[in-house]
Amino acid sequence: MVPAEVFLTFILMLSIFLGLELIHKVPATLHTPLMSGSNAISGITLAGAVGLAGTGQQDLANWLAAGAVALASINVVGGYLVTDRMLAMFRKKGD
Amino acid sequence: MDTAIQFVYVLSAALFVYGLKQLGSPATARRGNLVSSLGMLCAVVAALLDQGIVEYQWILAGFVVGGLLGAAAARLVQMTAMPEMVALFNGFGGMASLLVGWAALEGDASTFSLITIVLSIFIGGLTFTGSLVAYGKLSETIGSGAVLFRGQQIVNSLLVAAMFGSAVMFVNEPGNAQWLYILVGVALLFGIMAVIPIGGADMPVVISLLNSYSGLAACAAGFAINNNILIVAGSLVGASGIVLTRIMCKAMNRSLANVLFSGFGSVATATTKVSGEVKPINVEDAYYVLEAASNVAIVPGYGMAVAQAQHVVKELQELLESNGCEVNYGIHPVAGRMPGHMNVLLAEADVSYDLLMEMDDINPRMETVDVCIVIGANDVVNPAAREIESSPIYGMPIINVDHARSVFVLKRSMASGFAGIENPLFYKDNTRMLFGDAKESIGALIREFD
Repeated sequence: MVPAEVFLTFILMLSIFLGLELIHKVPATLHTPLMSGSNAISGITLAGAVGLAGTGQQDLANWLAAGAVALASINVVGGYLVTDRMLAMFRKKGD
Repeated sequence: MDTAIQFVYVLSAALFVYGLKQLGSPATARRGNLVSSLGMLCAVVAALLDQGIVEYQWILAGFVVGGLLGAAAARLVQMTAMPEMVALFNGFGGMASLLVGWAALEGDASTFSLITIVLSIFIGGLTFTGSLVAYGKLSETIGSGAVLFRGQQIVNSLLVAAMFGSAVMFVNEPGNAQWLYILVGVALLFGIMAVIPIGGADMPVVISLLNSYSGLAACAAGFAINNNILIVAGSLVGASGIVLTRIMCKAMNRSLANVLFSGFGSVATATTKVSGEVKPINVEDAYYVLEAASNVAIVPGYGMAVAQAQHVVKELQELLESNGCEVNYGIHPVAGRMPGHMNVLLAEADVSYDLLMEMDDINPRMETVDVCIVIGANDVVNPAAREIESSPIYGMPIINVDHARSVFVLKRSMASGFAGIENPLFYKDNTRMLFGDAKESIGALIREFD
């Protein structure tokens, strides 16, 4: 069995290369929505924070994680909404 | 159950990747964003099904507070203020990862997970304060200039030493909270010190870089809590920021190290003597030239955002087009305060995106352009980058507006650009200066057409 650390590092390496390939194809005109959209994706910390915020133990870790849930939610909700608002404005003549 | 959750994570990773792929074209981009948000929804729902979760009230409270703030910000933000909003969001992402890394600390953590906790605290913390400083500079709540002081490098070296010291001590003695607090403090201070020496004109690089860090912080947090989806999504964001940072640096012909470690102000000491005469033009004469033109290129810069002139620009474009003239826009990669800033503003004004041309596409046809209208751009159209070897921006790729038959420069006054560099464009034979607020000048031109 491959140790978890190695497995996770593998995933990291492959997804960085995949990310570089994907982003190179994004045209300059969409760079601002790309940034706000990736803001939203970096709110993925939310998926990690909920597990730590719901342990039921009223300890420091619980409060820290609840704070993380709030901050990551700003990113997720705000990021996707503002990206959608921007992308809705990109129109070609005749659309 | 746990295996099911992991499979849902695989699905959401696929949705993120597919969503980013669809961002490759303006026609599919909006759908791509929707696909990506669906991926996020799957990941969060799966995470909520974790059996370790016994109570939901704090999760719900955090989500409601954050969600409302995020939704309000997304709805209310002005398109001209997008750079500072993105900066702020980068910071929140960083702080969230710092908190998750901290909360993941357990008594029996292995050295590997302690190191990943250190990384998520460090990257998250510096992203947070660095982004707040960037936000302050972009929104001009604090001065946007580079802050340089004597002994800055010594202070920074001490900070780096303190960072390594506290990290090593923390990994050795994870039970001693003191090292943890020092680590958090150093990370926060480091973010401030890293961004204050960088001037306003270099902000496109800084927010791209902080964007990347916010992703890498999420990655580190993913390692700290053994979570695949954080690593995949975080590294996609990290990669995106790296690509944008490289594009921005290339467009300024500077290395990343040069942007980060040398305040622009200190380089721009070389004084270049520009000879010639500035030739102003009034609105009426400008109108006659435009009326006769059959090919016009518009080159916007940050000044267009400041003057909120995008809507009148679009009106002028329509008038010119109905007069039988071809109108295109030439957009430099670092025009504005963030990558793609000008494109969003013009899209807001309903300019068709196929008229927005990148620098490399518009330059070859500049010679066929009758009139090139420069609105609030300065350094990105400065021919000194081609002609004057002693200029600090020598070698930077620019939009060759001076190759057009005539150039109108809309400008408030003769003050030099952000970088404080003289612009020989203003003295060229084919250049005419239309002084005044860009929005008012274009408004006056539009009235001439009626």
